[in-house]
Amino acid sequence: MSGPRWLVPLALLGALLVAAPLVGLMARASWGELWTLITAPESLEALALSLRTAVASTLLVIVLGVPLGFALRAVHGRVRAGLRAVLLAPLVLPPVVGGLALLYAFGRRGLIGAPLEDAGISVAYTTAAVVLAQTFVAMPFMVVSIESALAAHGERREAIAATLGASRTRILARITLPALGPALATGAVLAFARALGEFGATLTFAGSLAGVTRTAPLEIYLARETDPDAAVALSLVLLVVAVAVVAIAYRPAATRGLR
Amino acid sequence: MRGLASAASAALAAACALSLAACAPETDAAAGDRTLTVLAAASLADVLEPIAADFENEHPGVDVVTSYAGSSDLAAQILEGAPADVFASADEANMDKVADLVAGTPAVFATNTLTIVVPEGDPMGIEDLASFAAPGIVSVICAPQVPCGAATATVAARAGVTLSPASEEASVTDVLGKVASGQADAGIVYVTDVARAEGVEAVPIEGAEAVVNRYPAAAMAGAAEPELAAAFVDHLSAQAARKALSDAGFGTP
Repeated sequence: MSGPRWLVPLALLGALLVAAPLVGLMARASWGELWTLITAPESLEALALSLRTAVASTLLVIVLGVPLGFALRAVHGRVRAGLRAVLLAPLVLPPVVGGLALLYAFGRRGLIGAPLEDAGISVAYTTAAVVLAQTFVAMPFMVVSIESALAAHGERREAIAATLGASRTRILARITLPALGPALATGAVLAFARALGEFGATLTFAGSLAGVTRTAPLEIYLARETDPDAAVALSLVLLVVAVAVVAIAYRPAATRGLR
Repeated sequence: MRGLASAASAALAAACALSLAACAPETDAAAGDRTLTVLAAASLADVLEPIAADFENEHPGVDVVTSYAGSSDLAAQILEGAPADVFASADEANMDKVADLVAGTPAVFATNTLTIVVPEGDPMGIEDLASFAAPGIVSVICAPQVPCGAATATVAARAGVTLSPASEEASVTDVLGKVASGQADAGIVYVTDVARAEGVEAVPIEGAEAVVNRYPAAAMAGAAEPELAAAFVDHLSAQAARKALSDAGFGTP
């Protein structure tokens, strides 16, 4: 399936539009100093924080996002459409809007944040706030991944297991979850990548302090001011991770298509 | 093949429409309108509008187009070749970055100093920089990498106070936003920022007047309208502009 020939120039233009900025970034890098720049204390501290928080939010996304995917399959019709629209909104929401929304929910004067503050629990400006922001933006990847896998999976084997007297939890653990493996992996990898790249919501909601809330994207944003070379070097690290993640995450999808 | 032909004609039509739209402003320019592009520091956003309008009145047929952003962003844009006739920076460091692209000598037309900013009514009773160290006070400041943060560090050092902020923001706007929304009990921003924000008030810092941020403006060497650009830079230091600036809380040199 290669389509009519006039698609080719448009495809080339499209490829140029996507690839040119990436090449531009690489062209700007001072390759000789790259290692020194990446291993500078500020860069390492930011990368380590990014890694820690992205892992934590990916775990949260698995624990909360998988049940949400199931919940989405359990409801039908308009309820499902409405619920899906709400759950996937962070995917397309401008990050700064997400940050403001988080602020008014979990901020010091927020809907949930204010009572928590009174109880002596403060989320603002902590690493937990970063994880919260990352989980918020990364969750949709897992929800949508699980939901579509469940739709494709069908319920035949579950029904048989039920007639054989297996409990729901047993069916979930022994039949459904193993079948969802690839979808879960794809969802987790994409969620991890999204968490790693989170910027706007973190900046708005969690703040920016070295070692506590200043993740790699925030460090890049700040380094731009005084040390563009360091900003480019860190950007390259995130670029490599992004390309690697997509390469990993879309492999199962490709083999599914071939079958 | 019919599909190809109709697609090609559609593409042609689209290209024509695009080029027509692109041509429109140039046609206007030929009729006598001239455009002066001014890239100015974000903190000048409100005060520069009447000053620019004034300049348009004095120069009929001239349209001043202003674009506001952080000074370092603007300096980076200029270095990457963004078209600009005038650059008005919030500090001299960023003007220095584009020194090779400046026509003549940059002229300092305004100054700014720092102040403590607190939510309206000062609920936490912040009195001076020393209050920042009180237990339970959440404070935010600018990161030392940006101009307001560098000035903050100087002011704190002069006062002999060690600040322990909850966050070091990349822009003064983010500091202001966190105080205005109650996310922080206190912050350090420019005097002019407090003047144009709602829901916050200033608590003066003793000795802050000694740490002055100077705003230079310069005509750019690559300006499309070099004479107009030079005239605009002069206009910034003229009597009317000085009044508008000082009304907005800026100092004038």
